Amino acid sequence: MNAEFETHEHDVLIIGAGGAGLRAAIEALAQGASVGVVCKSLLGKAHTVMAEGGIAAAMGNVDSADNWRTHFRDTMQGGKFLNNWRMAQIHAQESSERVVELEQWGALFDRTEDGRILQRAFGGHTYKRLCHVGDRTGLEMIRTLQDRGVQMGFDVYMECTITRLLKDGDRIAGAFGYWRENGRFVVFKAKSVVLATGGIGKAWPITSNSWEYTGDGMALAYEVGAELMDMEFVQFHPTGMVWPPGVQGLLVTEAVRGEGGILRNRTGERFMERYDPKRMELSTRDVVARAIFTEVREGRGTEHGGAFLDISHKPAEYVKRKLPSMYHQFLELADVDITKSPMEVGPTCHYMMGGVRVEAETGASTIRGLFAAGEAAAGLHGANRLGGNSLSDLLVFGKRAGLAAAQHAKGQTTTPIDAAQIDQAEREMLAPFEHQTGESPHAVHGDLQQIMQSLVGIYRNEEDLKSALQSIGQLRDRIQNLTIGGSRMFNPGWHLCGDLTSMLTVSEAVTRSAIARRESRGAHSRLDYANLDAQSGKQNNIIVRRGSEMILRQEPIPAMPADLQAILDEGKGAGA
Amino acid sequence: MADVVLRIFRGTRENGGTVDYQVPVAPGMVVLDALHHVQKHQAPDLAVRWNCKAGRCGSCSAEVNGRPRLTCKTRMDALPQDKPVTILPMKSFPVIKDLVTDVSWNYKVNKSIPAFQARKGTDWKIRQEDIDRVQEFRKCIECFLCQNVCHVLREHNKHEQFGGPRFFVRVAGLEMHPFDGVSRAALLKDQLGIGFCNITKCCTEVCPEEIRITDNAIIPLKERVVDEFYDPVLRLVKRIRGARNET
Repeated sequence: MNAEFETHEHDVLIIGAGGAGLRAAIEALAQGASVGVVCKSLLGKAHTVMAEGGIAAAMGNVDSADNWRTHFRDTMQGGKFLNNWRMAQIHAQESSERVVELEQWGALFDRTEDGRILQRAFGGHTYKRLCHVGDRTGLEMIRTLQDRGVQMGFDVYMECTITRLLKDGDRIAGAFGYWRENGRFVVFKAKSVVLATGGIGKAWPITSNSWEYTGDGMALAYEVGAELMDMEFVQFHPTGMVWPPGVQGLLVTEAVRGEGGILRNRTGERFMERYDPKRMELSTRDVVARAIFTEVREGRGTEHGGAFLDISHKPAEYVKRKLPSMYHQFLELADVDITKSPMEVGPTCHYMMGGVRVEAETGASTIRGLFAAGEAAAGLHGANRLGGNSLSDLLVFGKRAGLAAAQHAKGQTTTPIDAAQIDQAEREMLAPFEHQTGESPHAVHGDLQQIMQSLVGIYRNEEDLKSALQSIGQLRDRIQNLTIGGSRMFNPGWHLCGDLTSMLTVSEAVTRSAIARRESRGAHSRLDYANLDAQSGKQNNIIVRRGSEMILRQEPIPAMPADLQAILDEGKGAGA
Repeated sequence: MADVVLRIFRGTRENGGTVDYQVPVAPGMVVLDALHHVQKHQAPDLAVRWNCKAGRCGSCSAEVNGRPRLTCKTRMDALPQDKPVTILPMKSFPVIKDLVTDVSWNYKVNKSIPAFQARKGTDWKIRQEDIDRVQEFRKCIECFLCQNVCHVLREHNKHEQFGGPRFFVRVAGLEMHPFDGVSRAALLKDQLGIGFCNITKCCTEVCPEEIRITDNAIIPLKERVVDEFYDPVLRLVKRIRGARNET
């Protein structure tokens, strides 16, 4: 059969080399497992490198009253109580330890006066909680993890894309993919697979995400029968760049607001007073994104359809020191000196709260041997993620998934790979070269993005969503007939053909889940169901494949233990 | 809107040449936008690396009109529009296809550098002013433009004996960490060949992060190597200390 394919074998195969994947790899190595890490880009270029504001951890270095209970409560409140409460608890309890560990591996965070890790304010966090390095926290984190992993000795397969997971009966047996450089196929045999593939932003045209974020992990998991959860919750970050056109969607860190940035509309009004007078600019992302969107829709937007974000009242030197990347980004790409003038900002598709349904403790999916962590996994953030809770998520649950994957591998033997699965995967990938006539993948991608932006955006209604679902169905037919020129050598158009399959799967899952949730909660806002609905708030939407059909069902959220409920009730008493 | 001609290298290391593509210029457009336009409308198989599009990941390095640049930070309106904009792959690394080069050598060099290891008894209290200097080196986004322009690599191909500016920056980021307990002086002298650098500062000039590579990283590291291996007084002190420790 597939003797012609290059084959690699590992106890644990990790797909994705951002924060979650690298942290999982480090832990699996520490358990003595042989670890392979596969990533679509070069090592160190994953989206984690773009993370700016910081890592949320209740260390209490700046506000000594902070503790894990408050962090837990903030996370649950931010997620509109749809979060997996056990994940929110683990996350709040373990994130400080994970940050300290990073420091011990060589990461250098900004410091307090007395020499400890400095923490800054962020939306939805009661206390100053984000450990940071200026506005390049993600870079510090990914380099630290990367160097640790390299030193410990994982094998990295860079610029390699996985298109299929392989199964042996009901358990995971490995993965199939191709080298981007030469287009050759490669097979990985593995006892455990960890999905750490990040989000789905490229299904929208205005996004902070790079080309890699096409929902691969969620689609791979879905294809082998794993369950997806909370797929309706897509975070639109309130502040992306809006001008010039080429940089539309590029992230403007929440740290600008954390450091005192003020939002105004065209008339100069500080409009957050009308949306969240208590928290103002540091309200949660869903609220601020809707506020800006509404200001623009009602005719109070800036020249290029955004809001003004102003930090120029702070001393120029301070702005340059705390927000160096923002300073350069606006100066070089938009001709704006943010120490003197306001920025123009608007919502941008940024983060996926939903994803692979996992067990809180282990990151195990519903398929034996398949794990997920980070943005690819669902649960921690519920209906809306707080800024800073992503980097901590990657560390806390990356470690746990790596541990569980290594432990699972210990009890397993490798299995032979099923030739039929590989043959099918190969045929799917080669089809675009065989079609003499057909469509460009860019045309289909462009159409998908328009559908998602206009019909499955910040505000949704049933009519739009149903129309989107129908259009996505038509795109599914169209991708059967894609064509691509050139060779298999480093051919981005061909790569996009494969990525489109993933994007259509996740887009359909988002749309179906959005139709099913007949209420407005967190990042999911329905014009036809504008309020919270108590009953809907007690259940998750679950997506699973049955044959070629996508099935949705609703499952009740397990009851919260009394001790955690008490923490939430305390918050009510405090008026939060 | 005005059109501009992009003259892009197409092909492999064995076989290739430039091909012209006409692209409409939009306000604020950067070279990477123009390359994406070509991919979308004319050549879907044009090989280009990119990720963040914000000068943060260091993926999209190329030589634009003969200057090594991040294409995501190079504005089209900063280039002369009346003649073709030439975009070639980085010269110091073997071409894979079009603008994508084989940079795997860098990852090999990186592997040889011992990671951070804290000294025993560290209390982890660090003052900001003690890390301002080292934080500069940690801004590096690994675009490898400094490696690309360094003549030791570009003209003399000393890839086997020389680590290049990127890895001097990396070593500086470790060596100047207030709590690092590892010495990399022998590595700098021998495997990374810091002596080959004759401080022409080409690397500093192209660094998109404006890291003062030569002045702040390479020169202090050179001094460290000199202190460790070539300072007669220190060597004598060390020999005496070593002899004492042995007894």
